[in-house]
Amino acid sequence: MPMLEMFRYDFMIRALIAGAIIGVVAPMIGIFLVVRRYSLMADTLSHVSLVGVAAGVMFGFNPIVGALVTSTVAALGMERLRESRKLFGESILALFLSGGFAIAVVLLSFAHGLSVNIFTYLFGSITTVSTGDLWIIGSLGLLVIVPTVWLFKRFFLISFDEELARANGLPVTLLNLLLMILAAITVALSMRVVGILLVGALIVIPVLSATQFGQSFMKTALFSLLFSLAAVLAGLFASFLLDLPSGGAIVVICLMFFGLSLVINRNKK
Amino acid sequence: MSVAPPLIEVRDINFAFGSNTVLEHISFRIDRGDYVGIVGPNGGGKTTLLKILVGLLTAQSGEVLIENQPLRTFKNRFKIGYVPQRVSQDHINFPATVYEIVESGRIPRAGLWRVLNDQDRTAISSALAIAQVEGLKDRLLDRLSGGQRQRVYVSRALAAEPEILILDEPFVGIDVAAQEDFYAFLKELNQRQGLTIVFVSHDIDVITEEVKTILCLNRGLLCSGAPAIVHTPDVIEKLYGKRITHIHRAH
Repeated sequence: MPMLEMFRYDFMIRALIAGAIIGVVAPMIGIFLVVRRYSLMADTLSHVSLVGVAAGVMFGFNPIVGALVTSTVAALGMERLRESRKLFGESILALFLSGGFAIAVVLLSFAHGLSVNIFTYLFGSITTVSTGDLWIIGSLGLLVIVPTVWLFKRFFLISFDEELARANGLPVTLLNLLLMILAAITVALSMRVVGILLVGALIVIPVLSATQFGQSFMKTALFSLLFSLAAVLAGLFASFLLDLPSGGAIVVICLMFFGLSLVINRNKK
Repeated sequence: MSVAPPLIEVRDINFAFGSNTVLEHISFRIDRGDYVGIVGPNGGGKTTLLKILVGLLTAQSGEVLIENQPLRTFKNRFKIGYVPQRVSQDHINFPATVYEIVESGRIPRAGLWRVLNDQDRTAISSALAIAQVEGLKDRLLDRLSGGQRQRVYVSRALAAEPEILILDEPFVGIDVAAQEDFYAFLKELNQRQGLTIVFVSHDIDVITEEVKTILCLNRGLLCSGAPAIVHTPDVIEKLYGKRITHIHRAH
């Protein structure tokens, strides 16, 4: 069977493991970004992370580490600006998204002639994930999953009513910063799977599909996780069988799930 | 004979947004079991005062004491139950059930790391029962009426087992029947549960019929005491200006 054939290849097994980790991590952070009306945050962070990728290419360190550092710094900067209320939330996202991308383009122009395929990072290349990459993705994945599960109800409270959480003495600033750092890590590690240009879709679309079912927050989180995991794995199968780019295939399946959720729940509300 | 310390004591606070003075020389005390209404015109500083009482804003001078401790060093902030002004638009499509929202009110008591235990779950169940929203616990927030939502927010505050409940304009966007129902609910919380209640409203008639103590606020504290004091023409004029004619309406 062609589907079983893919398990004979080590690179596909590594791709499936990496995909499964990211399929779990992405919606865990995505649900908080969506309910805080910060869906474009993932896209913004991914565009900014290209600066780190470009720096990695130029100076010869791991581009994922570069992406992690730049997206974390950008996340902290955006959170500080949001708290200062000097700019509207969406203006902050636009500023960092276009600004980050511009800096990356300039940096990459200096790297002209270096033998690096930037398309690997722009569109993802999960089938080239090495064992070393898998260790990085696994460690970073745990780094996101453990605090998110532990602080899940705190993140819920600051997402639903930040003012009340602050009045009742929760360290809201710290929690906001932590959530943004976790979002930055999620973006950096999702990059290899779907690419910088599609990271936002993987983080947001499964959550949007889950919200159509009108369930509790916990059930919405679980549904998001199922949609995301199913889309990543089905996308990898499709990519292998039909020779499609994995990132695009995963996001198209996410969109199909979203369409299906809309149809199933068309009579609700 | 020892005199019980006030639950909240406000000492000569002043607050301004830039050059715009909002509150001037405000001093008052709230004792345990009090039922206090704060009235005043829009822009008179009512919401600002509440935000100072719950620690969301800090007065430029003066001090707020909770159980004789300065608010800024008061650790058990969850003892101050706060029901912010309704921002229902923000919560449209937020996928959360009534239970999850009430449960979130218990989180500050658990702090950053502690997992909710049986004692917490008992307090949450009790808060749902007191606010009579047990039957709604599996419903999504955006499927509730304005009055039901307001009870859910009070229930959320009660889940932390507070010493005092502070509500900011709790009747905005609620129809008259639901308002009367909600007033009766607050009165019961005050009388039966012994909960100290402070709320802000611009509905001067209703508020004076409900509360034990009234504070009239228009930048400065113009009067404080029994509700009847607010019905004098002098106070009405100071609060709302010369052109206001007060027509008393029965509740």
